[in-house]
Amino acid sequence: MASRVTFNQDRCKGCSLCTVVCPKNIIFLDRTITNRRGYHPATVEDMAACIGCANCARMCPDSVITVERNIEEEKTT
Amino acid sequence: MAVVYQKSTGLTDVEMHYCPGCTHGVIHKLVADALVELDLLDNTVGVAPVGCSVFAYNYFNCDMHEAAHGRAPAVATGIKRVLPDNTVFTYQGDGDLAAIGTAEVIHAAMRGESITTIFVNNAIYGMTGGQMAPTTLVGQKATTAPLGRDQAHYGQPLHMAEMIGLIGGAAYSTRVTVVDMPNMMKARNAIKKAFQMQREKKGFTFVEVLSTCPTNWGLTPVQSLSWVKDTMMQEFPLGVFKDIDKKE
Amino acid sequence: MKKELWKGNEAIAEAAIRAGCRHFFGYPITPQNEIPEYMSLHMPKVGGVFVQAESEVAAINMVYGAAGSGARVMTSSSSPGISLKQEGISYLAGAELPCLIVNIMRGGPGLGTIQPAQADYYQATRGGGNGDYRVIVLAPATIQEACDQVRDGFDLADKYRMPVMILADGMIGQMMEAVEWHDSKVDDLPEKAWATTGTKGQRKPNIINSLFIDPNESENHNLKLNRKYEEVKANEIRYEADIPEDCEVVFVAYGTPARLARAAVRVLKEEGINAGLFRPITLWPFPERELHEIAKRDSVKAVVAVEMSMGQMIDDVKIAVNGVKPVGFCGKAGGIVPTPREVADAAKDALKGAR
Repeated sequence: MASRVTFNQDRCKGCSLCTVVCPKNIIFLDRTITNRRGYHPATVEDMAACIGCANCARMCPDSVITVERNIEEEKTT
Repeated sequence: MAVVYQKSTGLTDVEMHYCPGCTHGVIHKLVADALVELDLLDNTVGVAPVGCSVFAYNYFNCDMHEAAHGRAPAVATGIKRVLPDNTVFTYQGDGDLAAIGTAEVIHAAMRGESITTIFVNNAIYGMTGGQMAPTTLVGQKATTAPLGRDQAHYGQPLHMAEMIGLIGGAAYSTRVTVVDMPNMMKARNAIKKAFQMQREKKGFTFVEVLSTCPTNWGLTPVQSLSWVKDTMMQEFPLGVFKDIDKKE
Repeated sequence: MKKELWKGNEAIAEAAIRAGCRHFFGYPITPQNEIPEYMSLHMPKVGGVFVQAESEVAAINMVYGAAGSGARVMTSSSSPGISLKQEGISYLAGAELPCLIVNIMRGGPGLGTIQPAQADYYQATRGGGNGDYRVIVLAPATIQEACDQVRDGFDLADKYRMPVMILADGMIGQMMEAVEWHDSKVDDLPEKAWATTGTKGQRKPNIINSLFIDPNESENHNLKLNRKYEEVKANEIRYEADIPEDCEVVFVAYGTPARLARAAVRVLKEEGINAGLFRPITLWPFPERELHEIAKRDSVKAVVAVEMSMGQMIDDVKIAVNGVKPVGFCGKAGGIVPTPREVADAAKDALKGAR
């Protein structure tokens, strides 16, 4: 896996701003979960498609997203 | 795996009170990141306004000073005159800066106070529930302009970045937005430049950021991004209105 | 130390510099202009900062910022300008910041007049701004006393972390008198660990704030402020009592009217009436118990408040006397100063009423 995006779902307000800046369209609100604030938090299922661009994290007003990238793997491939 | 983006160390771990999708949080991050990247945070005093960002003093991970409505540039003047080598910034909304605090910001600029003002323009009074602001667009509905801002009655929106750009003591005045990634990067660079110019004691620096208010605009957060681009930017063009670095 | 002749306003400014004040923010208004003028010339000589603000509102908010950053800071104005500063004074009190505010009072209401008056007593002692707060109010009757109160005021402000106001009528600001400068040590001013000076990476951020959105926190903050105010009441009351044996009538006056009342005491003495003067030096806290004890004396038949207003301090006098003796009044307003004869006659009227 080249990249990983994690959401602090407890703090997500379900605003969807991350979903529209994702170039891979892999972020969606998980309607099966309602967090303690009453929001459906953002999530990613198809993590393999994540390119680690961090657009989502930069756009998130509540700073709930952390993005990691496997830089070693990128160098070797 | 290496972290490429996480919550700024320039922000505290306090959960922000802003409505879902409000871009105040994005602007907070840009300011915090700029202070961290320029290694200024530990020497910074921020001034919080009255309005939606009234609790900003809980969010920035540096010394903070709350101000009365509109008075942030005067408070920042007092701080900066005591601590000339510290970084001092104000974070103000449109009601705070462009209505009740117009005199304070204009005169801070006139004196060339070596402070940075981040002006968050969302064309409405957010905290008090969506009343008309000096920056409300003609025709835009507000709770005190239920039929929309009537130009015959209330005139036209105030263009602060352009006004500040005309003042001698201002070193830098620009208008940016954070509603898409390219513009967010430009906003990030503008805020960094403003703090950098403050460090070099070049004068008053002013960054107007077009922001959203989904709650009081009656739009979804995503629709609000489009409204800024399609409507608000027609009234408030992005650009640099003064940059003394460019003249030199 | 030799005596020097000083104008009141300039002496107050010089006293502030000698007391270690290095930041002054002001705005022109008569009759206090000599204070900012003096500061503009002399502050830079001691490495201090003078800024003429765009308004009194801005000036007091600059004081608010500077005080939050730990400076020994001051502003001055006169009545209508002090009205504009009330917002900032309320914030300074709420955020528990020390500063010195000088009000060289003129007549009101509105633009009023530029002549001396004492019509801002309510505003100073009751809190002209919003909320449950107090400022320590010092009232000088001589220029020497004004100078001494500047140092005292800064120290009280630091000790209790609250604004202190010197409330002087325009006469004190505009006249000249002999002043003796006392050595004033300024190298041992208190540390201000709470000030916003940048964390330097050494501590958690400091926050200067008067907002407590949670009602329980807000009440606790008010209770805390009130405990502090009770401490000030217990420790910092200042007054002067010049009450002879067999005193029949007691004048209560501050500032210029106290000097006129002293002259009226002499006038009455010649007419065979024993009068005395009680001069509150702190108007808040008012020397209530002290005045009450004097009013209770058997020889005292009446108490007379003398003011350059239509009667404001008289409320505190009545609270202090608490009905044990009748309270008379001699008041002038709008820039008119009472004569010793008028003051003496007011005493005689009060005595007549008391019999």
